[in-house]
Amino acid sequence: MTHIQLSVFLENKKGRLYDVCSALGKQGVNIRALTVAESDNFGVLRLLVKEPHAAAEWLKREGFVVNETEVVALEVDDKPGGLAKVLGAINKHHINVEYMYGFVEPLARKAIMVFRFDDPAAALTALKADHIKVITSKELGSI
Amino acid sequence: MIWNKAFECASRTEMRKLQSERLGKLVRYLWAKNPLYSKRFAEQGIKPGMIRDIRDIKKLPFTVKEDLRDSYPFALFTDYKNTTEIHVSSGTTGNPTVVGYTKEDLKLWSEVMARTLALAGAHPGDMIQVAYGYGLFTGGLGFHYGALEMGLKVLPTSSGVTKRQLKLMADFRPRLLACTPSYALYMLDEARALGLDPRNSSWEIGIFGAEPWSDPMRRQIEEAWGMAAYDVYGLSEIIGPGVAQECPAKCGLHLQWDVFFPEVIDPVSGQEVADGERGELVITTLTKRGIPLLRYRTRDLVSINYDRCSCGRTTPRISKIVGRTDDMIIVRGINVFPSQVEYVLLKIEGTAPHYLLVVDRKNNLDVLEVWVEVDQKMFSDEIKQLHALESRIKNEIDGVLGIDVTVKLVEPRTIERSEGKAKRVIDKRGLYS
Repeated sequence: MTHIQLSVFLENKKGRLYDVCSALGKQGVNIRALTVAESDNFGVLRLLVKEPHAAAEWLKREGFVVNETEVVALEVDDKPGGLAKVLGAINKHHINVEYMYGFVEPLARKAIMVFRFDDPAAALTALKADHIKVITSKELGSI
Repeated sequence: MIWNKAFECASRTEMRKLQSERLGKLVRYLWAKNPLYSKRFAEQGIKPGMIRDIRDIKKLPFTVKEDLRDSYPFALFTDYKNTTEIHVSSGTTGNPTVVGYTKEDLKLWSEVMARTLALAGAHPGDMIQVAYGYGLFTGGLGFHYGALEMGLKVLPTSSGVTKRQLKLMADFRPRLLACTPSYALYMLDEARALGLDPRNSSWEIGIFGAEPWSDPMRRQIEEAWGMAAYDVYGLSEIIGPGVAQECPAKCGLHLQWDVFFPEVIDPVSGQEVADGERGELVITTLTKRGIPLLRYRTRDLVSINYDRCSCGRTTPRISKIVGRTDDMIIVRGINVFPSQVEYVLLKIEGTAPHYLLVVDRKNNLDVLEVWVEVDQKMFSDEIKQLHALESRIKNEIDGVLGIDVTVKLVEPRTIERSEGKAKRVIDKRGLYS
């Protein structure tokens, strides 16, 4: 079970993050999770939203450069050692992580980690074998 | 079709004879009617009788852009009384350049533009969308006159209002498009933003000019729009568009030698370079009446080829403009032409030809920053891939220019699109102010 993450190219310029979020807001797109990877002159904004294709098309029409990337969301116990357990499983199977970021779901006392693997399909098989809980689209949608 | 076989397919010997006669007549005309030239002739001891052969042209003085500016507005007009149309080109510094046409000059312009349209493959009855600016700029009206002369249906949309351009194209189905190459690319973005498929365009032939563009840019326009793209050359000082034009062989631009005599010189020494060697194009308007110019320095760098073309014409062909003697920027002592950077970008898959050179001086050292717009095709979600792209562009440019540049990836549409000439250089060093 993978999710489509949107990645948006942003120059390091005042107000650009606002511009993206306000474009999405206008279109009624709710942001589930977000992170910014930054470099000297530019950054990449990564987002999880409910209807990624429609949101991507909208952002492109607004003049943004947008990519759709497959990511995997995993449930992590929101307590010490929770993330280590998941990473241990990933390590064991020699799965390469390009990047990751997390957010916390307060009601369920669960943390969710979003992973970009170089091979998402292989990663999913391995994680399943280790009984790591993979978040489905439905579950992500209800957050 | 060849519009005027008598001139476009003449032998070099026949043409020399005609050019010699015309040059002699021109010098006598200027001697009698033009105070600036007659003064120069007197100063340099030139008498009309000394100019008997076209080879004698080397005895005559050059004319430069500043001569036109200094004579603002009408001092260089040789026949002001019979001037019927005036065009003005914007000057970046000082006075604009003013040019005037008599009725005969407008006939000449119509003639060379009809040849131009025929060179690109137009046939009487075709429809042409003229999206060059109409008005003081010579592009729009030049194409207009040529189209009238040939018997085309003219759609004088002028530049701008892109949505309407695209709608009229879709509804009227013109076969030809004439505009600047950067506007052709701009319309491409716009068409896609409107959800149109550019490959369904009615345009089969595009005639693009007024600014330098490269072969990879040509391929991009041709593939995206599904048309053949040809280069047109001209400058308002000489006549506007219509000086030279590519034929479908796409191996140089046929120059109308019976009326515009070309020389290619070393821009520093002023000496003629050999055929095929790169140098500055110098043009003498052999038959113009309003503002005839002797040995006008175009500042465009080209090479010239007198071999007969496969299309059957004998007119000499100039290469695409490979640079400008003045748009050239000197960075740490190295000559840099924006076209070199464009060439590199178009070679790299996924990069758009939207770029800007920003030159600055930091701690007394010139720094050249190249801004490149990121587009959908080249964008990766991973920072390291973007860094790899940045350094690939940098390495390629460094290799071509021979200097160290900084590449900066910028968002789409950051670089100003132009409906006229694209702005490719920002020089912050204040060297020329």
